[in-house]
Amino acid sequence: MTKAAELAKMGEVLTNGQIGSRRSMVINGKFQVFQRGTSATTVNTNDVFAADRFKGWANGGGTYTVEQSTDVPDNEFEFSAKLINTGVDSSIAADDFYVYATDIEGYNVAQLAYGSSDAKAVTLSFWVKASLAGTYCIALYSTTASRYQIKEYTISSADTWEKKTITIASGDTTGSWNKTNGNGLRIYWDLGSGSTYQGAADTWASGQKFSTTNQANWIDTSSANFYLTGVQLEVGEVATPFEHRSFGEELSLCQRYFIKENGVSMRNFTGSSIAVSIPHFWKVTMRAAPSISGSNATANESITTQGFQGYKGGIGSGASWQLTGFSASAEL
Amino acid sequence: MKITSAQYWDRDGEHNHIIATIDGVVMSVPFDPDNIHYAEILKQVKAGTLTIKDAE
Repeated sequence: MTKAAELAKMGEVLTNGQIGSRRSMVINGKFQVFQRGTSATTVNTNDVFAADRFKGWANGGGTYTVEQSTDVPDNEFEFSAKLINTGVDSSIAADDFYVYATDIEGYNVAQLAYGSSDAKAVTLSFWVKASLAGTYCIALYSTTASRYQIKEYTISSADTWEKKTITIASGDTTGSWNKTNGNGLRIYWDLGSGSTYQGAADTWASGQKFSTTNQANWIDTSSANFYLTGVQLEVGEVATPFEHRSFGEELSLCQRYFIKENGVSMRNFTGSSIAVSIPHFWKVTMRAAPSISGSNATANESITTQGFQGYKGGIGSGASWQLTGFSASAEL
Repeated sequence: MKITSAQYWDRDGEHNHIIATIDGVVMSVPFDPDNIHYAEILKQVKAGTLTIKDAE
């Protein structure tokens, strides 16, 4: 790059406000937060979470696992997401697909002005390492506008960390992109998909597709691995250094979508056949009123973005009850 | 998303939330259209593939 071009790029970075913080629209991009557990989780269906904010799809006969790994590209990062092929799909049907993805809330991508004539350029950067070298694909996708763009990238050497920078210079001017608390933008990393989900690269189009026909068939490779970390999506055509947020901040950002609680609100009771409602407030305002699972309450009542009431009936004299062991999901 | 059962939970004579089994997990699902589980329940009810049972 010439000095003049370098200065022009620097000017662009300044114009886009990429010098300050809050550049990255991706949450948990360095895979610190695994509220559901850090050990291997099998992806054998759709919408399977392991790392917070990232989920896997396995829509076919193949399977893979996701776990937190300390295998990282350099000392800048502590963790990565490690995907291992645990069930080969050697005959991918047209409607089969295997992807790893993260959803970004509409509020957090509204600045891109997608769906308008002011749609902005965006740059995705990430570190990747895989046992299978070759051509891979990412795709940006809107569930509400049903629009996508596929971009190819190359993993040049097997088992070697490589940093990838992908710029989509022209934002999408078409469609109704969510800009509030719905699904604003999804980023797919394709691992092998059928022809129904294959399309052309480098252009916005209608529909839902993840890869080109050049995509490496990772899901067809027994015990193949795929590591990912340092994921950042930012406005503009320049990938700036990874934006490190504190762990507490990253956890709070994740808890807008999912919270796992391990025990709250112990009570002791006198009398017989007591019925109680214990209020519990989320640590942050959740994206939507969440679904609650795993609670030991008789019922989880009056659920809102702020909290809920755990109701328990028939508590005997002298008994104790602890509202405990529940998860709240307001995922996109 | 596989929903195998859905039933209202009532409080003081009014529907408070839905207890549903989704992908094998029992969940309390609030009536929030931005909740993806509730949105899917509505979708399946509209398609005629799911019925929400009355509260016991």
